[in-house]
Amino acid sequence: MSATDPQRQFEQVVVPHLDAAYNLARWLAGNDHDAEDIAQEASLRAFRFLSGFRGGNSRSWLLTIVRNTAYTWLKQNRPQAIVSIAEDELHEIEDPDALKNHSSALHHADRDVLRAALEALPTEFREVLILRELEGLSYKEISEVADAPIGTVMSRLARARKQLQDFLANKGELP
Amino acid sequence: MNCHEIHPLLHAYVDSELDLMPSLEVDRHLKSCAACAAMKRSLESLRANLRNADLAYRAPESLRAHIRQSVAAESEEETPRRTSRPWMWQLLALGSIGFAIVMLMLQPAGTSSSDRLADEAISDHVRSLMAGHLMDVVSTDQHTVKPWFNGKIDFAPEVKDFAAQGFPLVGGRLDYLEGQTVAALVYQRNKHTINAFVWPAKTATSIATIQERRGYTVINRDVNGLHYCIVSDLNGKELSEFADLFGK
Repeated sequence: MSATDPQRQFEQVVVPHLDAAYNLARWLAGNDHDAEDIAQEASLRAFRFLSGFRGGNSRSWLLTIVRNTAYTWLKQNRPQAIVSIAEDELHEIEDPDALKNHSSALHHADRDVLRAALEALPTEFREVLILRELEGLSYKEISEVADAPIGTVMSRLARARKQLQDFLANKGELP
Repeated sequence: MNCHEIHPLLHAYVDSELDLMPSLEVDRHLKSCAACAAMKRSLESLRANLRNADLAYRAPESLRAHIRQSVAAESEEETPRRTSRPWMWQLLALGSIGFAIVMLMLQPAGTSSSDRLADEAISDHVRSLMAGHLMDVVSTDQHTVKPWFNGKIDFAPEVKDFAAQGFPLVGGRLDYLEGQTVAALVYQRNKHTINAFVWPAKTATSIATIQERRGYTVINRDVNGLHYCIVSDLNGKELSEFADLFGK
């Protein structure tokens, strides 16, 4: 009944995950300014939808809102950023020789190169890698946030890693 | 298992997402196959690189402060009519009861609450146009928009495309009105955007009301147990035409 109740709930449910929210927004938007707008908008929406939050995984819940907000923003401001990816299966990664060569490249991959490599990925590939490797989400959580079946998450993750390895190899990271 | 069967499992294996039995199969295969073992190592090294490179961005303090501010501002906006008035104000209110009774007799009940709803709906409408979040699901296909709401709200809005009547459906999203989450259906009329906010009707009234406020037209209407609050900068005549399409 008091004004502070929803605010207290916001502090408990949303605020602990603001870093995760900003991180996802930043990787999807590509710059600080737009990421802040998206994170701000998503947080406010999360506040409005708090009554609809039924408990459970508050981080996935918030990240889902961030992702929806970011995609809506991208569609309107940068439609070319969202390229629909044909979801053909895993055969692209089945080249053991190529992967073996990549392994040596990765010892030398530094932060800036990795950052550039991630930024070069299509949005849908980048987001599964961010959610998996930087946020440590399970396949099931990623599937909720990205609104895609687990099989699709797995195939995107595999193809994202493959593209990342290719990118690093092409950047002359091989000795 | 041969290499061809192992490859698709390797990602789930290094992510510890594989069930026990297939995981043991992969273990066994990796012991005897150098190529697959190299592939696994390269995946692990990629994962380690990503984890150790400190690639995650952290929310700036200014953003946190900004978010808290807007949340506080929004709670104040939502709740003043529910917070208890200070003692002095209660006395003052008591003194004006006679005046209030006269006003109530002169004015149909509920006008002020419908004005408040209209204002709130117009604010939602304007915000939807400004902030670049008009739609969460963009589709002209009612069969895409309707299932999108499943599980997000506990009622099923009627989603129909009125393109034939000159009001094509363009998408939908969730919004917030009268203290609850509502479905927002977005339609287009030439260059005008129409937001139709939908939620379960609380009372069974079939009378449609039309209001003109701040240059916007707001129509409230109950159809088949659902309340429709329709907002646009479209003129009243055309918007009434649109409002009448629901429930037909």
